[in-house]
Amino acid sequence: MAKGKIVVDIDKCKGCELCITACRHGVIALAPAGRANVQGYRYLEVIHPERCTGCAMCAQMCPDAAITVWRESGKGKA
Amino acid sequence: MSERVLLRGNDAIGEAAIRAGCDCYFGYPITPQNELTAYMARHMPELGRIFIQAESEIAAINMVYGASAAGARAMTSSSGPGISLKQEGISFLVGAELPALIVNICRGGPGLGNIAPSQADYFQACKGGGHGDYRMVVYAPATVQEAADLTVKAFDVADRYRNPVLLLGDAILGQMMEPVEIRPYAPNRPEKPWAVGGKRQGRAPNLINSLSLEEGVVEEWNWKFKAKFDAMRREEGMVEKVNTEDADLILVAYGTTSRICRAVMKRARAQGLKVGLVRPVTVWPFPYAVLRETARKTREFLVVEMSLGQMIEDVKLSVLDHAAIHFHGRPGGGIPTEGDILEIIEHVLVRRRTGTVTTRGSVIDWTIS
Amino acid sequence: MEMKIVAERTKLWADKPSPYCPGCGHGIVHRIVCELLEEMGLADNCVFMAPVGCSILAYTFLNVDVCQPAHGRTPAAATGIKRYRPDTFVVSYQGDGDLAAIGTAEIVHAASRGENITTVFVNNAIYGMTGGQMAPTTLPGQKATTCPDGRDVKAGMGYPIRVCELLRSLGGVAYLARTTVHDAAGAIQTKRAMRKAFETQVRGEGFSLVEVLSPCPVNWGMGSLEALRFVGENMTAYYPPGEFKVSGAEV
Repeated sequence: MAKGKIVVDIDKCKGCELCITACRHGVIALAPAGRANVQGYRYLEVIHPERCTGCAMCAQMCPDAAITVWRESGKGKA
Repeated sequence: MSERVLLRGNDAIGEAAIRAGCDCYFGYPITPQNELTAYMARHMPELGRIFIQAESEIAAINMVYGASAAGARAMTSSSGPGISLKQEGISFLVGAELPALIVNICRGGPGLGNIAPSQADYFQACKGGGHGDYRMVVYAPATVQEAADLTVKAFDVADRYRNPVLLLGDAILGQMMEPVEIRPYAPNRPEKPWAVGGKRQGRAPNLINSLSLEEGVVEEWNWKFKAKFDAMRREEGMVEKVNTEDADLILVAYGTTSRICRAVMKRARAQGLKVGLVRPVTVWPFPYAVLRETARKTREFLVVEMSLGQMIEDVKLSVLDHAAIHFHGRPGGGIPTEGDILEIIEHVLVRRRTGTVTTRGSVIDWTIS
Repeated sequence: MEMKIVAERTKLWADKPSPYCPGCGHGIVHRIVCELLEEMGLADNCVFMAPVGCSILAYTFLNVDVCQPAHGRTPAAATGIKRYRPDTFVVSYQGDGDLAAIGTAEIVHAASRGENITTVFVNNAIYGMTGGQMAPTTLPGQKATTCPDGRDVKAGMGYPIRVCELLRSLGGVAYLARTTVHDAAGAIQTKRAMRKAFETQVRGEGFSLVEVLSPCPVNWGMGSLEALRFVGENMTAYYPPGEFKVSGAEV
């Protein structure tokens, strides 16, 4: 069970890949060539959701604020 | 209660602005308007209002832009070269629909010129000194009293139209002292729901800008501006007519030059010459209709300016071919004298001379258009 | 285990795509500004000063008051707003052409007067909106449309201006830092510095500025990842990140 989860707002994504450089776990990648969002960009896909730690580094780098990140909250912590 | 005090023109403008509720003054040193900046430096902080000596005229007009965007009554003042630097800001004020008062105590130019009185900034003031298609009300007071009164009016008019207003004086008006009745002004300050800043408390965000890259939007804005400019033309024009009913010759002059012409008119009348005076108080909007009307009866017009001839173009547009239009101007800080003007009037009305006449060297350079 | 949201779209952005090119750093900086405005409870009385340059387009999607003055005059207009309405939180956002070329006088004097505003200075070493001309911060040798063979500092094109170093000596400056957004650590550091700058204004200490080194892949003619490397290697070498002033004292 993954410790984190991300959801990409596909239509806001411009496929710049900055988030991909920030993800150390290989959770995300660009959609295969030929697939484009409403803006005409190849967009971000979650290819290995099980690896996500919820570290949110991808969201730190997203210039379009297109990534929402959830993280497991320890019972005592939350 | 009004009080009567002896004030220098620059100081009177400052005092009137304060009484009109000016919240913010931003200035930069330049002669011959320095007394105004110094007046505001002394008196604005006493009242808890904002005074800043800016790093340049450009900064000063942009401080006006910001303060006005936040809802303030804001003003700046300068002279020729400094007003040139403010043109960008004036264009932006119009584009963003921000009220403001700009005072130009005009000096001799072009370039750095000198610090003598001049009316050479007429084109810049009235014909759009900055870029883009805009107009603004331009007041040209002839007395210190009128400078004070029009300063107060200028703030109200600027707020009414959300458009800058310019007060056009010159070194004489700024420097001379006259008795002024400081009236208990009742400024008309409208609500400014469009302003930015402060606690929004639920209101939608406001935007102050002059850019749109969407097709058609800027044209739409310009049509809206035109409606405002048309309303200013209808509502804000001011002109004084003296002895025009029976006049064989009408002098046309504004500001300081109109004072000289008024004295000439009296001397001419004393000699039996029927001379009248039309004095635009607003040089924009220009009193085209009044001049057109006077040209039905009067055949000779003499335009007098402290320039090579700028307002004369508006007089020509008014009178067209219905009368002869003569011009006498002194540029670069020169001041037309009563004697010279009177001599030209005698040439026109008594000796019936026409054409270009130059007498006494270049002192009377009189042309007929 | 329960999941909670740790990163989400700032509520101060309209629900539409941003107007910037793919990989542009402005979005990262905007996000940080907006998150801080929300977290610090400043959004309700914030005026965002949008400069002339790409980030003029902020007005198209930010849900705060926006005022947009002439090119380079942002600090002067910000001065007018803040002096008249001191209860306003003023974010004066400028690019390198706006701040370090046409608006040099305005930024120096707003800083020297200690205007209680926060300047967010995005340094991407290029004029973006006009299509990639040489900026005052373009690096030596870096190409632009107006220095097609690269900026030749010896051939009269001038040296890149280090803005933080230039402003450090001014008495009115309370907080001054340079950060970068070429990686997540830099973005986190940028937010940390920006928070300090915002707190400086909230406490009324005077002028604060954060210079953010930021990529412009399109006008640099690079891919977005190559542009990140250019910031991380070339730009940080010329413009060293760090704090220059805190609470008015040089660091």
